[in-house]
Amino acid sequence: MQAKGTPDMLQDKDRIFTNLYGFQDFGLKGAQSRGNWDGTKALIEKGRDWIIDEMKASGMRGRGGAGFPTGLKWSFMPKESDGRPSYLVVNADEGEPGTCKDREIMRNDPHTLIEGCLLASFAMNAHAAYIYIRGEFYHEASNLQIAIDQAYEAGLVGKNACGSGWDFDIYLHLGAGAYICGEETALIESLEGKKGQPRLKPPFPANAGLYGCPTTVNNVESIAAVPTILRRGGSWFSSFGRENNHGTKLFAISGHVEKPCTVEEAMSIPLKELIEKHCGGVRGGWDNLLAVIPGGSSVPLMPKDVCDDVLMDFDGLREVGSGLGTAAVIVMDKSTDIVYAIARLSEFYKHESCGQCTPCREGTGWMMRMMTRMVRGEATLDEIDLLWDVTKQVEGHTICALGDAAAWPIQGLIRHFRPEMERRIKEYRARIAA
Amino acid sequence: MSHLRRPAPKELQPTSFAFTPENQEKAKKIIAKYPEGRQQSAVMPLLDLAQRQTEGNWVPTVAMDYIADMLEMPAIRVYEVATFYTMYNLAPVGKNFIQVCTTTPCWLRGSADVVDTCKKELGIGVGETTEDGQFTMIEVECLGACVNAPMMQINDDYYEDLTAESTKAILDALKKGEKPKAGPQSGRKGCEPIDGPKVLKAFCGCGAAPQDANASEGDA
Repeated sequence: MQAKGTPDMLQDKDRIFTNLYGFQDFGLKGAQSRGNWDGTKALIEKGRDWIIDEMKASGMRGRGGAGFPTGLKWSFMPKESDGRPSYLVVNADEGEPGTCKDREIMRNDPHTLIEGCLLASFAMNAHAAYIYIRGEFYHEASNLQIAIDQAYEAGLVGKNACGSGWDFDIYLHLGAGAYICGEETALIESLEGKKGQPRLKPPFPANAGLYGCPTTVNNVESIAAVPTILRRGGSWFSSFGRENNHGTKLFAISGHVEKPCTVEEAMSIPLKELIEKHCGGVRGGWDNLLAVIPGGSSVPLMPKDVCDDVLMDFDGLREVGSGLGTAAVIVMDKSTDIVYAIARLSEFYKHESCGQCTPCREGTGWMMRMMTRMVRGEATLDEIDLLWDVTKQVEGHTICALGDAAAWPIQGLIRHFRPEMERRIKEYRARIAA
Repeated sequence: MSHLRRPAPKELQPTSFAFTPENQEKAKKIIAKYPEGRQQSAVMPLLDLAQRQTEGNWVPTVAMDYIADMLEMPAIRVYEVATFYTMYNLAPVGKNFIQVCTTTPCWLRGSADVVDTCKKELGIGVGETTEDGQFTMIEVECLGACVNAPMMQINDDYYEDLTAESTKAILDALKKGEKPKAGPQSGRKGCEPIDGPKVLKAFCGCGAAPQDANASEGDA
């Protein structure tokens, strides 16, 4: 057991995405030199149950934000077809502000994803996988398509993939600019050629997903890690991170650090260690830290005192009222206008609301307009409570989690920076009184 | 709401549209990706194809009707898709379509300087097109390159790690008809730390020649 709170820096031999920085060939030859596509046929021959059991043993929780156990999710798929085909859909619609990890996999290590698609699809009795990539990732899609074409040509996918006897097709589908399509049922709607508006659940995609057929939607990073996990064993993966939070993970650290970067580290690494070891520290030193959004824009921010010793995993961040989300760490130093930083996120959610549910469609506009006034202090003190109330009217009252995601950053701001909001209001009121 | 999200006025709308023979071939291949009877799935890639074919990089209403016929779906369903997704321009844009990300991670690293530089150097406001039709600039939401913030997208290319100076240099090159190198403008290759990879060093100094994900050629 390597990790109990303070792991040593993850060693390169235990990194899955060894071409993360793109210094090597992203193509098939380069991928094979890094160990991809090694013994894939033998892994398939071990059978569907073995693959799902290894994934369960690995402790992998979905890397797209919600953190649902991957092996368990796969086990919901029907074992036998009732006549309908099953599908794997890969969510490559990376757009959660702060998040830019899947991009690196797709442009620099695309074969990890393609091999993962084959293994995951086989385990779920699917003969076809669709990768839904955001439309702005033109060059990432281009590299991924080149890699898919190479895999077809080499017989690694297609009819009798890898000589395993399993027929498997893989298709790339480009989105066209809609954050909401990162929500799995909106993504399915979009893939069917419609507006990306989330569906009510149930039925869950495992029962009725793409074209009404059993479907599992997984994040790029989850699927791309599968081949290495199966080759090295679930117990290897689960040797990193704390109980219930296992594995290695891509962290993308942006904002006010000396050297923003993306890096694969062990789960449960302390936030401070992550920032100081890999990013050269907070701009101006650790004491210049104001707050961190640890998991993409949807999760509540944490003030510095929480950042001092919090561990970067699902449970550690949930315990302090935030979340791991996509592990996109947005760092803000003391020069930050924290109210504007959150108000800008409110603008984002207002822009991206699909308009289907009234509380979100109207509420994101209300929240944005109130937050815009809060930046300037153009409000009354009791409007902070009113704003809090509006977030509670939106949260939990919508089909999908976008409403929650719009509410939580504001709640985090009020929880931790209410004095700053009050100061602005008081100053504004003093100014207009004078 | 940007004017690009509403259909252009009638006087700008062409009266006919058809895919070129080359694009008809591409369309056939796209439709073949989806199961029989599910050709509606191709509506998004076909709208993209139509936009790339149209002078001014936009989707005229008549192209939506054409795609509706091709996919045997009601025209209103195509209009819904075309107006829902932000990458479909419903009115013409400049030859260089500049989209500056201003969401929080980019804003923290100075996206306001990038927007200001574009305004100053191009003499246009957000959402406007230069008189010569060379540049359109808009602000957009997160483009997913946050560790390389601030950044902007020009047509299909990402320009990252921007400063006011490097933004100006890119615009100057484009004005001269040159094609500035895409990707990070800071000297780093991708998402590694600015002073070089701290991990995976053995994978970053040897091996085959680096492939450039930001090369301008390529066919998605």
